[in-house]
Amino acid sequence: MTTLEVEIWRGAEEGRYETYEVPSQPSQTVLDLVTYVQRKLDPSLAYRFACRVGVCGSCAMTVNGTPRWTCRTHVQKVATQGRVRIAPLRNLTVVKDLATDMAPFFDKVQEARGRFIPSDAAAKSVAEVPPEEPKRKEADAGIECIGCGVCHAACDVVRWLPEYLGPAALNRAWTLVNDARDGDRIGHLRAIAEDAGCHACHAHQSCAEHCPVGINPTRSISGLKRLVLMAAIRGRL
Amino acid sequence: MRRHASYRAFLVHRLSGVALALFLPVHLVVLGLALEAAALDGFLNWSAQPLVKAAETILVVLLALHLFGGLRLLAIELLPWSDRQKDWIGWAAAAALTVGAGFVVRSFI
Ligand code: SF4
Ligand code: SF4
Ligand code: FES
Repeated sequence: MTTLEVEIWRGAEEGRYETYEVPSQPSQTVLDLVTYVQRKLDPSLAYRFACRVGVCGSCAMTVNGTPRWTCRTHVQKVATQGRVRIAPLRNLTVVKDLATDMAPFFDKVQEARGRFIPSDAAAKSVAEVPPEEPKRKEADAGIECIGCGVCHAACDVVRWLPEYLGPAALNRAWTLVNDARDGDRIGHLRAIAEDAGCHACHAHQSCAEHCPVGINPTRSISGLKRLVLMAAIRGRL
Repeated sequence: MRRHASYRAFLVHRLSGVALALFLPVHLVVLGLALEAAALDGFLNWSAQPLVKAAETILVVLLALHLFGGLRLLAIELLPWSDRQKDWIGWAAAAALTVGAGFVVRSFI
């Protein structure tokens, strides 16, 4: 059986890569490698996962320099000459080994007022939102975010400007301003119109290139920029 | 992670912007020379040398890259999203190179 050389980050912010030999298997995922190391070679290895099928968004790591969801990344696709290097997600603080502190990432969703605020009408009756309605389509395009943080790790503006709300939080805000049942459109826009909000995005689209579920946060953010501009012109911000 | 067209377009835009900003003082000094015809003529003769012409061509291309790249960004931010926006990078680059080629041709006639 051939083996793979797997380098894994050990430590916290300070640390080093340790190399492990892991037997190669057909259809093996990067998460399988990490699990093998933790179960068979070193039980003290810390990492995070839950669903193993690309739904929960908890298994994201940096694989050979690229942020990815590890449970749906085949080793075959990323290994170079039988080697794989696995590190924690970028732009977040490392707690231990491959586990990062995701709290700041989720806090940004709240800062971006990324929560549903029901309108009076929506609270009283069931809103009818036709699937072909343009705004519904815009919201649908961004709604399947699994909160994995891959886009956040891929975004250089998050790195340069730590207060920046980031692609996932802004994408969430965009789904809400397009939600016919939401009652606080201007509130959402105000939250993302500040300096570290949508206007900080340079549209370089690393977020869209890496999002595992195919969401395009740049598209959502450029939509927000237009809405903020219109609201500002009308003096509503 | 940064190996994709949009990121390269961002880099080109940023670097051309910095280069142009650095050139701006030189540009203003030369404009100032225009107050004294003799000084300006002297400068214009100097700038007719091939090496200076080549540098000027680069400058023109940088300016055009920054201009067309900027138009592309405005389109991304102000127009409804289009999945064709990736092609605009190619169009912007082609337009900038055409302007550069035009400048070279014009220097010879
Ligand atoms: S497009 Fe905006 S949000 Fe996406 S990676 Fe670039 S700066 Fe970050
Ligand atoms: S937008 Fe995509 S990459 Fe970003 S958190 Fe959501 S699912 Fe993950
Ligand atoms: S473990 Fe749930 S998305 Fe990978």
